[in-house]
Amino acid sequence: MQYLFSVLHDSPSFGTDAEMAAIDVFNDRLQTEGHWVFAGGLGQPDTATVIDNRGEETVITDGPYLESKEYLAGFWIIEAPDLDVALALATEGSKACNRRVEVRPIL
Amino acid sequence: MTATHVQQALTRAHHDEWARVVATLTRRFGDLDLAEEAAAEAFATAVEHWPADGVPPNPGAWLTTTANRKAIDRIRREHKRDGKQKEAQMSFGTPPEPPGPVDDDRLRLIFTCCHPALATETRVALTLRMVGGLTVAEIARAFLVQESTMGQRITRAKTKIKAARVPYRVPSAADLPARVPGVLAVLFLIYNEGYLATGPDTDPVRHDLTAEAIRLTRLLRDLLPQDGEVAGLLALMLLTEARSAARLSPDGELIALGEQDRTAWDQAQIAEGHRLVRERLATGEAPGRYQLLAAINAVHTSAPTVADTDWSQVLALYDQLARLDRSRIVALNRAIAVAELDGPQAALALVDALADDLTTYHAYHATRADLLRRLGRGQQSRTAYDRSIALAGNTAEAAHLTRRRDQLARPDEAVAE
Repeated sequence: MQYLFSVLHDSPSFGTDAEMAAIDVFNDRLQTEGHWVFAGGLGQPDTATVIDNRGEETVITDGPYLESKEYLAGFWIIEAPDLDVALALATEGSKACNRRVEVRPIL
Repeated sequence: MTATHVQQALTRAHHDEWARVVATLTRRFGDLDLAEEAAAEAFATAVEHWPADGVPPNPGAWLTTTANRKAIDRIRREHKRDGKQKEAQMSFGTPPEPPGPVDDDRLRLIFTCCHPALATETRVALTLRMVGGLTVAEIARAFLVQESTMGQRITRAKTKIKAARVPYRVPSAADLPARVPGVLAVLFLIYNEGYLATGPDTDPVRHDLTAEAIRLTRLLRDLLPQDGEVAGLLALMLLTEARSAARLSPDGELIALGEQDRTAWDQAQIAEGHRLVRERLATGEAPGRYQLLAAINAVHTSAPTVADTDWSQVLALYDQLARLDRSRIVALNRAIAVAELDGPQAALALVDALADDLTTYHAYHATRADLLRRLGRGQQSRTAYDRSIALAGNTAEAAHLTRRRDQLARPDEAVAE
């Protein structure tokens, strides 16, 4: 079963060198233990572009879909047999990136 | 077989077998929702058939078999409706985990219902439904919310457990110490809500909830007999429950511990509570929070009259508790013991130091009011009683505080004090 770990952040700063180093260690562990699927850090929300092609005409909007104080700074997709394993990994992930992490199942 | 006899058998079967049936089916089918529905159907079938056919020789086996059949019927019906059923049904719990420290399906059920990924109020509701077998309507009434709201809360929890794959297992021996306190907290919340029920139109004591909490804690104790805090919580509940008959006056007013008729205390519950406390003492292990609270209650229930209370023992236990639990409420209760040993002036200084944190807590003002009264500071005592009455959510407690306040000397007489 796969879970999405969303890294939540609320200020326009990127990770520090120490945080990046800790994330590397955590990523290595995810790979060694077979939990790794994919991960990435995201650009700031103001680098986002929203496309809406539901109607007749394509609408392109500059900026994020949601304006909020907190935003998605990065994510992991991990493989785990159940929520207990996922939560234990997210606990370490939160420590490594020094941010809050939301855990959601991928259906 | 009389109708009463059948009714008693049904009630007993519901008490003894509900959790077991739900737990067994959850393991077999990997689906809490299905297990709950099938168990409910099996009990409804029993209500229908037992009066005519008689109570089966092994009601538990009968109920499990019937519920199993109901679950399979349900899966077949759903299978006909949409072809893609198998995957979802087997999403958790199977294949069975190797046996943990304790191999019992009911214990798996309790730990799943009290999983830390669920909100506390959700854990309480889910535990009462799945383990306790209370109906959604009963749980809604107990917590003064709409039945539809409670129904949604429970449904949402079941959906989350399934979608996020909350495991159906007893935590490993390594994780158990971190997980048992969460289960005990849920059981203690259920007990306290019964013991000090809140709400203007609620009975001041809800024996259905206190009895249910004790029953579930007994079950946990049977399943985890070596756990000191489980024993401590059971002893605490029993020693508190033992005094419940003496705790309310005929007109629904709370009677303080010192004024209770001790002959009305339940001696069987006291004996059982004391036995548990002694058993824990004999292990020589450092006691946790519930064991200390139980020991404090054991001191109170050992005293034939309030004057015989060994307050230095009570204070020593509170000192020990305060080292484990730095909460202001523990400090407040400790101050009450100090008042008995060193007098109200010493206690008032301790209580006043808690003002910042406890200003919205009715017992803080009630304790101050009592200390001020004993110090002859009538006017200040009256003000403190007023605050505590305004904040008290329990009707019997408010009545008790009001009588105490009204017994104070009138303001004009108080000047002479």
